[in-house]
Amino acid sequence: MTVTEKPHIDTTLIPILERVSDPEIPVLSVLDLGVIREAVEENGLVKIKLTPTYSGCPAMDVMSDDLKAAFHKEGKTAEVSLVLSPAWTTDWISEKGKEKMEAYGIAAPLEASADKEVLLGEKRLVKCPQCGSTNTHLVSQFGSTACKALFQCDDCHEPFDYFKCLK
Amino acid sequence: MEQQHLYNYILGIADNNLILGQRLGELCGHGPNLETDIALTNIALDLFGQVRSYYQYAAQILGEGATEDDVAFLRKEREYRNVLLVEQPNTHFGYVIGRQFLFDVFHYLFIEQLQHSNDETLSAIAKKAIKEVSYHKRFSGDWIKRLGDGTKESQAKMQEAIDALWPYTQELFEMNAFEKEALENQVGVNLPELKEAYDEQVGQVLQEATLKIPENPYFHKGGKEGIHTEHMGYLLSDLQYMQRTYPNMNW
Ligand SMILES: [Zn+2]
Repeated sequence: MTVTEKPHIDTTLIPILERVSDPEIPVLSVLDLGVIREAVEENGLVKIKLTPTYSGCPAMDVMSDDLKAAFHKEGKTAEVSLVLSPAWTTDWISEKGKEKMEAYGIAAPLEASADKEVLLGEKRLVKCPQCGSTNTHLVSQFGSTACKALFQCDDCHEPFDYFKCLK
Repeated sequence: MEQQHLYNYILGIADNNLILGQRLGELCGHGPNLETDIALTNIALDLFGQVRSYYQYAAQILGEGATEDDVAFLRKEREYRNVLLVEQPNTHFGYVIGRQFLFDVFHYLFIEQLQHSNDETLSAIAKKAIKEVSYHKRFSGDWIKRLGDGTKESQAKMQEAIDALWPYTQELFEMNAFEKEALENQVGVNLPELKEAYDEQVGQVLQEATLKIPENPYFHKGGKEGIHTEHMGYLLSDLQYMQRTYPNMNW
């Protein structure tokens, strides 16, 4: 696992940031997702650096608006800028976030090497979020959004999304 | 590097994304099955996401309040710098996959090098994009093998598409004046140097797919200088329709 620079976030802003969620996976906050790279308050202005999960992720614009609205509600003005570097990786999703994702019905990303093996169909490692079986197979490399692949469980037969490893 | 030249260099990269994304977007709701339809439009979305970053940077260079939309929608045909390969039509699914694969292998090799650009913005876009493009390459490569090493009919159609599209691949490795200048300034990528790895990777997949690279074809070029095939005008009229009909509209 790579050690990544910890984002600089003012602790006083955390409760507000926790209220802003990913519009496509509403159980995850922007903090769980690891897309906030900086959030600091200077002279009454909240400056936020947001990094996209995927370049074309339509949720980023919504998140940016939701962040501004959440701070506005608290009487604060927030300025959101998009930063590309360093590029987001699924390692930045918090452990708590991965648990919430599983409970929501999306299999959390595996480590890069294991991810490659399952996407190439070499191994069965992705755990079905419904019954917990790893007897699952890939249906399509691209699922309901760019960040997910479509899987099916061969024990309970439920189809489900797997959040692909991005590194 | 002179700013106007850098602008043109960026367009040479970005227009490939835009035009290929537009071609894939045409398939939305028309894919051969649901999974493939979703995969192709997801790839289009990645390409559009990347192109927005390039165009935002290009618009910043233009200044005077120019936006990414101006760059994307308000140029004339001769001002688009994409290679001819990406504008080729969706004749049948073999062409969609063939065009994608022949571009993806190049695209990956290209942005792998662009990561080392001394232009910070281009390097950041490349570092972001490379993760996405590795998925594209895997998807199109898998389909090449599946169709090539499939039935007699799928093999023949896939070979037909490769024969028709291969003559557009040479252009990927030829450098125009902006590309040469970008390379001299350590901003750009050395394209001819990518050719060996490209031939090797493409050759390997085609061999596994029981397909052949056509011998001694006549190679087409011109896209980088704005001289396009007849398909481009139709594509642009579709792409630009909204902005031309309702100037300055936005969502
Ligand atoms: Zn199950």
